[in-house]
Amino acid sequence: MGSYESELNLKATELRLGLPGSDEPEKRSCSVRSNKRSSRESSVEESRCKSNVNSDDSTTTSDHDQESVQPAKVQVVGWPPIRSYRKNSLQQKKVEGDGSGIYVKVSMAGAPYLRKIDLKVYKSYPELLMALQTLFKCTFGEYSEREGYNGSEYAPTYEDKDGDWMLVGDVPWNMFVSSCKRLRIIKGSEAKGLGCL
Amino acid sequence: MNKMEGQAPSPLPDQVLENVLETVLHFLSSRRDRNAASLVCKSWYRAEALTRSELFIGNCYAVSPRRATARFPRVRSLTIKGKPRFADFDLMPLNWGAHFTPWAQALAQSYPSLRRLHLKRMSLTDRDLTLLSLSFPHFQDLLLTCCEAFTTTGLAAIAANCRLLRVLDLAECVVEVADEEVDWISSFPETQEETHLESLVFDCVECPVNFQALERLVARSPSLRKLRLNRYVSMSQLHRLMHRAPQLTHLGTGSFSASELDPEPDYASAFAASKSLVCLSGFREIWPDYLPAIYPACANLTSLNFSYADINAHQLKSVIRHCHKLQTFWVLDSISDEGLQAVAETCKDLRELRVFPVNTREEIEGPVSEVGFEAISRGCRKLQSILFFCQRMTNAAVVAMSNNCPDLVVFRLCIIGQYRPDPETLEPMDEGFGAIVMNCKKLTRLAVSGLLTDRAFGYIGTYGKLIRTLSVAFAGDTDLGLKYVLEGCPNLQKLEIRDSPFGDGALRSGLHHFYNMRFLWMSSCKLTRQACQEVARRLPHLVLEVINSEEGKADDIEILYMYRSLDRPRDDAPKVVTILH
Repeated sequence: MGSYESELNLKATELRLGLPGSDEPEKRSCSVRSNKRSSRESSVEESRCKSNVNSDDSTTTSDHDQESVQPAKVQVVGWPPIRSYRKNSLQQKKVEGDGSGIYVKVSMAGAPYLRKIDLKVYKSYPELLMALQTLFKCTFGEYSEREGYNGSEYAPTYEDKDGDWMLVGDVPWNMFVSSCKRLRIIKGSEAKGLGCL
Repeated sequence: MNKMEGQAPSPLPDQVLENVLETVLHFLSSRRDRNAASLVCKSWYRAEALTRSELFIGNCYAVSPRRATARFPRVRSLTIKGKPRFADFDLMPLNWGAHFTPWAQALAQSYPSLRRLHLKRMSLTDRDLTLLSLSFPHFQDLLLTCCEAFTTTGLAAIAANCRLLRVLDLAECVVEVADEEVDWISSFPETQEETHLESLVFDCVECPVNFQALERLVARSPSLRKLRLNRYVSMSQLHRLMHRAPQLTHLGTGSFSASELDPEPDYASAFAASKSLVCLSGFREIWPDYLPAIYPACANLTSLNFSYADINAHQLKSVIRHCHKLQTFWVLDSISDEGLQAVAETCKDLRELRVFPVNTREEIEGPVSEVGFEAISRGCRKLQSILFFCQRMTNAAVVAMSNNCPDLVVFRLCIIGQYRPDPETLEPMDEGFGAIVMNCKKLTRLAVSGLLTDRAFGYIGTYGKLIRTLSVAFAGDTDLGLKYVLEGCPNLQKLEIRDSPFGDGALRSGLHHFYNMRFLWMSSCKLTRQACQEVARRLPHLVLEVINSEEGKADDIEILYMYRSLDRPRDDAPKVVTILH
């Protein structure tokens, strides 16, 4: 009964390249509706699915695995056992920041790693853009309200609080700092889409 | 005795005895004692039923409202629990049940003298709350823990109609915001010169309150001792309230961050002036710079809840070093092992500790570990209850705690990574948990985690004789594990298991005991429908709820929720629930 050997969490001591958090999917996730507020509108739908661990794990109960929903980022439902109320409260805090640095992730099309920068360090757009260009060894070119970063190889964009992707520079600096959730440097050709409308 | 003409008949000896019995039974408060008394004979059963004023119903589906109110006609205080605990972690379908409405109606009819109602994990609507507020003229205490389906409209009804309201405690409820945001605080009648309010807890109500109305309410509530605000109350508003109510013993701050006022009020003096404070909580959206404000109150604190405050070791130390009388402490693991060591050094009287994780990812190197855990065990010898989340733990540390803290009654250790062995020895965590059940002879509640083999359950079955509640996840090898527990733990009442390889054989081994249990929960285990049906046949007073995400599917059970019931199975279950009987 050496079954536990197969379950020794070798993953924890595994040496591999990759930033923390970039795990391969190992567990299944479920499409259960966990947000109670949205439950009011969709109470007719009673969906729930089971949480399964590795397919060769002895806890699998069914031949017909209900593992059709497999997003890349995985979490076992209801684990660890913390009430959503508590989880949500902490998440709220993170979004609002705590006055000691506003770190946002920065990604670039084609680059394998993300970076993180503290927006509080910069006082204006030129400072930020200079830093980004240095960090990713790229150029943004001139910004204009009408043309965006027209003509440049790359352009900086950001995701705001509403989840929309915007061109960096359109709004006043302070408004940008308070609404920016993360940054993404895209190819100049892709930026054309943002400049329109 | 002979009846004399013109005289009232003397009471029969039996009647005298009955009166004496009732008088004596009035003094019996423990429900376990009362249950025992009711089994003596029929007249004791009757007398006990007539004198029971506090009724506890651990599972709302174990008995129908009609049966409960018929047996106990003179209830003044009622506690009802609904969903099983695993429902908190999204393991149950929506609309599963635990609806309060049928109870509300029965109570309104049968208990006009009802004074106190405590509901846990029940679903109650605004209608229910309104009915409550109008049906009981003597109503005093309403406590709702982890309840849902009501809005601020229901709260407004309670505030408006319950003139004698003493306690309104909402703990971790999901309070939907009504379509038009109802100003429920304003619903407390302003014409009442003084309210009877002693406790007002609304930190879970996620919508702004009318502060002026709140301040006026607090000002005219001289008996107010407990006040827990929600995060929409700012720090400067808190300051004003503290001035209005310096007699508070329990205070839950709202948002604990910078105010708009300039210059800022002297928060420290407000805390210094509240000389009766023994319990502090809240600290939402905390700006640690404001922590020094609470220093004046620390020396008297017996309870401190920092579990929503993301503070580091340094910030914690500045507070905790004043808290010599602390008995209950809830905190986030952001304080790290260093913070736990500081707690261990100062809080020699600590009875209850809960450490919650800020980050629930398992592959990180968490800020707390066996180091802080063992430090706590060495410093806080009187520990009775611990809930500890971590990403890493060793058997040695758990064994140490079992030796250092023999008074432990509740031991809940959650190693976040599933199937995690001891990182030093690579062994399962069997020996650690084994030591806990062996050495902590008063243990009644246990939650296990980490890599565990059947051996761990063997220990639990052998030594865990007083255990009433057991929580298991991702543990065990074979049916033997569950068998050890079901055969070895005579006091087991609540057993919740998920994602463990226990199957039909194990289930059968509990047949002798299931009627003694409040419930059994098994999800993502290895049960088949046939075995469940067999249990249902053999034990007719058990209700077996089988919940599968796709109805009518295979033999394998995703969730089994099983409980004893005196009445027929419920008829309010959603489609995904199949009731076997």
